Amino acid sequence: MKRGRERIILYAALSLCAFLTVFPFLWAVLTAFKSYEESIRIPPTFIPENFRLENFRIVLKKFPFSAFYANTFLMILFVIIFQLCLCSMAAYAFARLHFPGRELIFWSLLALLMAPGQIFLIPNYETMVKLHLADTVTALWLPKVFSAFGTYLLREFFRGIPRSLDEAAILDGCNYFQIYLWIHLPLIRPALSSLAILTAISAFKDLMWPLIVNNSMDKMTLSSGLSMLIGEHTTIYPQVMAGGLIAVLPMLLLFFIFQRQFIEGIATAGIKQ
Amino acid sequence: MKRRTESAGGRRKREAIFAYLMIAPLMAGVLLFYIGAFFKNLYYGFTDKGSFGDAELIGIKNYMEIAKDGAFLRAAANTALYALFCVPAVLLLSVLLALLLNVRLKGIGLLRVCIFLPAVTLPSAIGLIWRWMMNYEFGLFNEIRALFSLKRIAWLSDPNYALFSVSLVFIWANVAYPVIILLAGLQSIPSCYREAAQIDGAGRWRQFTSITLPLLSPVIFFVLITTVINVLQIFDFIYLMIPEGSIGMASARSLVSYFFRQSFVMGHRGYGAAVSVILFLLILLVTMLLMFLQKRIVFYDD
Repeated sequence: MKRGRERIILYAALSLCAFLTVFPFLWAVLTAFKSYEESIRIPPTFIPENFRLENFRIVLKKFPFSAFYANTFLMILFVIIFQLCLCSMAAYAFARLHFPGRELIFWSLLALLMAPGQIFLIPNYETMVKLHLADTVTALWLPKVFSAFGTYLLREFFRGIPRSLDEAAILDGCNYFQIYLWIHLPLIRPALSSLAILTAISAFKDLMWPLIVNNSMDKMTLSSGLSMLIGEHTTIYPQVMAGGLIAVLPMLLLFFIFQRQFIEGIATAGIKQ
Repeated sequence: MKRRTESAGGRRKREAIFAYLMIAPLMAGVLLFYIGAFFKNLYYGFTDKGSFGDAELIGIKNYMEIAKDGAFLRAAANTALYALFCVPAVLLLSVLLALLLNVRLKGIGLLRVCIFLPAVTLPSAIGLIWRWMMNYEFGLFNEIRALFSLKRIAWLSDPNYALFSVSLVFIWANVAYPVIILLAGLQSIPSCYREAAQIDGAGRWRQFTSITLPLLSPVIFFVLITTVINVLQIFDFIYLMIPEGSIGMASARSLVSYFFRQSFVMGHRGYGAAVSVILFLLILLVTMLLMFLQKRIVFYDD
């Protein structure tokens, strides 16, 4: 009897929290299907009178969402590829190889983790201008590739691999690079996918860097492009909501499909501190 | 005998050369975009650099000005208020939610996914959605207040509410991520501890304070430190929700918003660099303070 009541309270509390989380999304969806006139009616309607797609059509015409998509996709793709390569190579060296200055270099790398990203923004923006990369897709991903966090995370995993494996491989005639590529990398696949997911999420969400480095509308990401939807004087919110939904939908779909990988990826960052 | 030591030395040398080659690509980028950028930024802080043209060294003039700059001090105070509102709320709510979600119930998977949603949503979209809900004339919040014949509130432009409204959105958006991490932490606590405590007659509360909380404390600490660092860098929601030029902006602007405005809107790069250095020192100080506290509040099981 007591357990039954407890369960009901638990369900109620959790449902309330889930509702509070989901409601803003729901409200955005409902608004996106309303006409402007309906969206500003007092008192407001909850369910749109008729579900119209015109807001989606208008916002897609007004803003280059296909470019936002393409830029975001390419940014995430290149960050992941290069970051996984460079960080895993360095992490392997820091975890398994001996070389003079190893600790010093590694700890100075870790010190970077403490620094807020803003202190690098002005010089990095200027570097991009100097390299003639400002306002290009390359600028979006290039500085994000060199990740101290990624190196730290992968090093922790490399350190967990037993040394006897290396020795066996050396006896079999493998060189260091082959050991890294054929023996160690496959063993830390879960860590690589966690890092890929964390990197994808943080690059996807980043607003300030794309806002600073790329000014043309067709070089923006979904994140910075969305911030352009706010009008100078009047803002047509049903269109803005439609744009917002178009921007977040793919990541939400990916999240629903790869739930387990996302959750494990995020959790890894917290557990392997 | 001699040959063998030589070959061992040769092997060590080869290993070192290979290691340097492995870290070289990463370190090249780190040197350019982080270490080099750090010192360049430090240098800019001592110049009167604008958006283009040459910069002149002006010593510590930027820092002297910052100390008297009312807008900067206001932004620093606002940032402290954000931390004061958001850190305890995020911490408390995320621990509570993780505990609630750590049960076996029908449909718990769906509830979890719902609560995790903000973690994978663009802050830009979140900002726009809440900006709409908090709209003065037609926003949902004021419509609901109107139903109860309450006066409308200018959530985003009233200086008394703007900071509070942004904090609310920050908390809503930043609870999900810690919940995922805390839930994983809870699930990694072996059930044998709790079972043993149950046999010893410990009640629920006692189990929570004596077993769950200490074993979870390293994860809670991680959440604390990342939340503090995130909130000290709050920017996205202010940028998206508060119109520049609104009277609410002065009371909602954070240090990073101020840095962004000085450096990339007004083009005061030198001054902006100095602001970012102060932000860096502030975050460093807070992080070190927390690390110092870590020994007292975190329980390590080894």
